Amino acid sequence: MLLSPYPTLGERIRIALLWLWCGLVILFLIVPILIPVPLSFNSGTFFIFPLEGVSTRWYEVVLGTQRWQAAIGNSLIVAFGTTLIATALGTLTAIALSDDKFPGRRIVMPLLLSPLIVPVVITAVGSYLFYARVGLASTYAGIILAHTALASPFVVVTVGASLTGFDRNLMRAAAISGAKPVTSFFRVMLPLILPGVLSGAAFAFVTSFDEVVVVQFLASANQRTMPLEMFIGLREKLSPAITAAATLMMGLSIVLLVVANLLARRSQRRPNAGA
Amino acid sequence: MSALQPSELDRPPLARGRSAADADFKSASAVLRRADFGDRLRSLALAAPLLVLLALSFGIPIVLLLSRAVYDPTIANALPQTTQALSGWNGQGLPDDAAFAALAADLRGSQAKGTAYELAKSLNARLPGARSQVLKTVRQLEAAGDKPPLDVMKSVPFWSQPGTWPAIANGTHSITSFYLMSALDLRWNNDGGIERVPPEQAIFLQVFMRTFFVAAAVTLATLILGFPLAYLIASVPKGLAAILIVAVLLPFWTSILVRTAAWTVLLQKFGLVNDLLLWLGVAEVRLDLMYSRIGLIIAMTHIQLPFTLLPIYSVMRTIQPSQMKAAYSLGAKPVTAFRRVYLPQVFPGVMAGCLLTFILCLGYYITPALIGGASDQLISNFIANYVNVELNWEMAAALSFILLVLTLALFGIFARILGLDRLKLV
Repeated sequence: MLLSPYPTLGERIRIALLWLWCGLVILFLIVPILIPVPLSFNSGTFFIFPLEGVSTRWYEVVLGTQRWQAAIGNSLIVAFGTTLIATALGTLTAIALSDDKFPGRRIVMPLLLSPLIVPVVITAVGSYLFYARVGLASTYAGIILAHTALASPFVVVTVGASLTGFDRNLMRAAAISGAKPVTSFFRVMLPLILPGVLSGAAFAFVTSFDEVVVVQFLASANQRTMPLEMFIGLREKLSPAITAAATLMMGLSIVLLVVANLLARRSQRRPNAGA
Repeated sequence: MSALQPSELDRPPLARGRSAADADFKSASAVLRRADFGDRLRSLALAAPLLVLLALSFGIPIVLLLSRAVYDPTIANALPQTTQALSGWNGQGLPDDAAFAALAADLRGSQAKGTAYELAKSLNARLPGARSQVLKTVRQLEAAGDKPPLDVMKSVPFWSQPGTWPAIANGTHSITSFYLMSALDLRWNNDGGIERVPPEQAIFLQVFMRTFFVAAAVTLATLILGFPLAYLIASVPKGLAAILIVAVLLPFWTSILVRTAAWTVLLQKFGLVNDLLLWLGVAEVRLDLMYSRIGLIIAMTHIQLPFTLLPIYSVMRTIQPSQMKAAYSLGAKPVTAFRRVYLPQVFPGVMAGCLLTFILCLGYYITPALIGGASDQLISNFIANYVNVELNWEMAAALSFILLVLTLALFGIFARILGLDRLKLV
């Protein structure tokens, strides 16, 4: 499709230029995210190429010092809490929305997606203002609540997509066979939409694990997460430990999102769905 | 609406059987309607936990923040007697002595209640220089002893200056447009009209223009970089396309913070970008790319490129190659076929990608905070700064209000002309 049936020389040159341009764009996309990886294994204190030598000292800093360990622990607490709540409530909501009987879907859907649309600073500042009044600022619960708002749209959308391939007659069949709604949910519906639910959970986890703006406003020194520790480090003093932390975070989110996308693809029966 | 629409008959046989037992058609439809109502209620109940949680954790905070932009009772609360004394004032010249006396009493009261500093700060936002004058007057009133408070007030020239009392009178209204106007560098003049604030006080229009400029520059850059790549990926065989799309998705899946961190490393004076520029001979000396506008735009372009590219690609993928072949066989030159057959069809994708990137750029916070210099801070950074440094919630709220209205308006345009379905999250 790139070339017309009888390409002229000019056309061949244009296509060659297109390949060259795209090659450069791919380099522009990929090189920056790969740069922290070799730097994180550098034995020197500066991140300048050529590297001085190979060492894992910066990983020892990130995984071994109390400050970073606490940050990783906080990140995991917040991300798991968020994933649990967002996945449970998001799945219920997606099931409700997939029902034709749901009233006012046209109003509810944009409202559910609004946390993705509102600039995150506004969400962060608003949460800070309100949560401080009700005693939720500087608590894990507060951060998890705010992150649940940001993460739940992903669950609603992925589970919703997997429900388009779900045959509701199966639930009727289960009901006729005498199953209670809860039983038929766990025994019939959930196993079939599980890839979509797990995919949504992975998106929720990554959303929370990567989030830094809301945390910046809501967290006290005791709740600093890994991204926040990175943000502070980038502002204060650029240490190669940050490249090690960046590499770890990048690895985790890429692995989880690859899994999430594979699951999402599997759960959607329609061809060409999702990108 | 009839109660017996086909879709409503399509319900569990048990329910239908029960309603069929009623011989009377009217009562049957009533049962159906009731069952239908129950179904609706049940599906709403399933969604309720998340909706309630979102309302509490997200809805109320946003509404509360926005309300701070138009509701500021600080001055009215601190100056109850003055508020009353000024209620009949026509706003011309100076108010009568009763108002001065009321203000003196309120200032002493605010000192006793410990709200004097709050008041001074709030008044200072409307009346530059008021902070020190309020605190000074409060101290003098404390120390006055037998001297009548009215004399103390008259002895401080500030309280007899022309602009002072109109500002106080405006401040006593709890519902105020002052902050929203300030966020647009506007103010009410003494005749009740709207005017621009003097140039030395105007800051926000410049920040909004800067935000628009950066957003537009990044959008254009992502389009120039992304469109050809999307075209290539949509045109090559499936296997190669899969590899190329991974190259787009890998950065897409890496968090903004991590990518910003990578760029802070790259853009250093002795970083790779400068190495490359020297090696290519583009630059003679090492450039200061960190804390610069150009560095910010480069990093934001990298982060936004997949957002622009993916919607374009998803449209290009749907275009049948046979259409281009048809155009060729009808005698169209490649350029003509591309321009007349291909471009019009991918235009919605281009619009979707560009609008999405533009909207997201308006709300950027992390990247400007870490890579931009003092003169490259965007509107979100000003909002954060008003909260963190200046402790001026009203101004932060007003800027949030305007940023949110802009964002929602652009999303409204997006949904209107392209449909929200184009907004793929996953």
